Amino acid sequence: MKTETLAQPRIKADASGRPHQSFYQKHESTILGGFAVLVVVGIWQAIWSYTTWISPLFFSGPSAIAKQFWISLTQGNLLADLAFSGKNFTIGFGIALVSGVVVGVIVGWYRRVRMIADPFLNALYAAPRIAMMPLIIIWFGIGMWSKVFIVFLSAFFPILVNTVAGIRNMDRDLLRAARSFCASDWQIFKTLAIPGSVPFILTGVRQGVAVGLIGVVVGEMLGSSEGIGFMVAYGGQTFQTDTLFVGFVIIAFAGIVLTSITERLERRFSRWRPER
Amino acid sequence: MVKLQIDHLTKHYWLERENRDVLALADVSFSVEDGEFMAVVGPSGCGKTSMLNIVAGLLPYEEGSVAIDGKRIAGPGIDRAVVFQHSSLLPWRTIAGNVRYGMELQKRFDEATMKERADYFIKLVGLTGFERHYPSELSGGMQQRVNLARALAADPVVLLMDEPFAALDAQTREFMQAELLKIWTKAKKTVVFITHQINEAIYLADRVVVMSARPGRVKDVFAVPFERPRSLSLKREPRFLELEDSVWKLIEEESDKLGMVAAV
Repeated sequence: MKTETLAQPRIKADASGRPHQSFYQKHESTILGGFAVLVVVGIWQAIWSYTTWISPLFFSGPSAIAKQFWISLTQGNLLADLAFSGKNFTIGFGIALVSGVVVGVIVGWYRRVRMIADPFLNALYAAPRIAMMPLIIIWFGIGMWSKVFIVFLSAFFPILVNTVAGIRNMDRDLLRAARSFCASDWQIFKTLAIPGSVPFILTGVRQGVAVGLIGVVVGEMLGSSEGIGFMVAYGGQTFQTDTLFVGFVIIAFAGIVLTSITERLERRFSRWRPER
Repeated sequence: MVKLQIDHLTKHYWLERENRDVLALADVSFSVEDGEFMAVVGPSGCGKTSMLNIVAGLLPYEEGSVAIDGKRIAGPGIDRAVVFQHSSLLPWRTIAGNVRYGMELQKRFDEATMKERADYFIKLVGLTGFERHYPSELSGGMQQRVNLARALAADPVVLLMDEPFAALDAQTREFMQAELLKIWTKAKKTVVFITHQINEAIYLADRVVVMSARPGRVKDVFAVPFERPRSLSLKREPRFLELEDSVWKLIEEESDKLGMVAAV
């Protein structure tokens, strides 16, 4: 059997030209991916149950993680921790999104503002802002606002920098066409700069979600008495390996869900793009 | 009646990289009659695009004068519309949205009129049924039709066309030329059509301005003696080829003088 590669995808079409696809072909990536996950988890579980290769001190098994998850959920603080982290992330990210887009549009549109802001933006965009967490704790204490602020600080710059790039990326040919139709600056802003920068803004959102998630978890690890990050840190200090894994799984799951939402948004707003 | 009058137009550029002044247009004068199809032909670098940009109001000029109906041009105006070489369509707007774009910017028509005009010109350029497609789903030739419809829908007095078919393949270009003549007959606009292709200029135009290279000067202005409507087969007739050849010689002469050995 010949194996399909990136270079040679298999294309079948019926007489009408419409590609003929069975249920399997249509959902091939989901089925293959899901199957692979099941196999890996199954093997992991088998090793965990039937061998002594895994020491519960250093690692855990799927059933133990699920059990710990259930215990934390029903008897522990898991729900409260989830709500705390979720709230921190949502507020911080919301502020970052609104202010990042607004400031980005201003910086991108006004040349002089950009010249003034550029050195600061570049420095802060490149710097790992999570390193400021101890300082932020001094400012805001160990309550929720230090976490909100670190999420904001983490997500703000990618959104801002990408928005600036989007506004600045205005196509010169389009600009010339608009000018030839007597477009005002405001019309150019509305009809060219803003719609043209939407894909860039969404790229910024995707990056912002990723670093914002790191921000909330690490923020809670460094100084907090609540939240998923705290749960993981505490689990580590007290050798509750199962609890650690519950934390990992939740963080990974949140990452997957948020990323897929932004990818959906990106697809929704770039219907007009040729590569589909 | 003279529609567009260009008088002693001279344009200098400052070449930043080479730190020197370049003369792009030197003392260019010609006029275009109302309803006339005027082609401007010349080798690349003869300043013909600069000239069109000046007429469009996209490029400032200091020496000489450019006027429509006796009114000096100073910036873009609703009396002109440009069909660009690159279709320059908004990729996030549908075809209908793109055809409306010029009208929207100019705010001359109310909503109902804009809709009506968009429909009419989409039909005129033969794109009915593609209203809801995005530009990326269209071929180059179709994109240029949208470009043309957008310009015509804005209802200009003078239509400026900047090598609109240069990026198309040879067959599509021929077809689009014939199509343009049909549309022009219906739309009854004064047209200035920039091209570097001599046979395109002769086939389309009532009169042709021949320009020389570096600096751009008007070498000759002549009327095309062929009756309309013109079929594409005209291009293969001896009288057409003869005329084309004589224009070639004019341009060639110029290149020889510059030591470019007919490599225009």
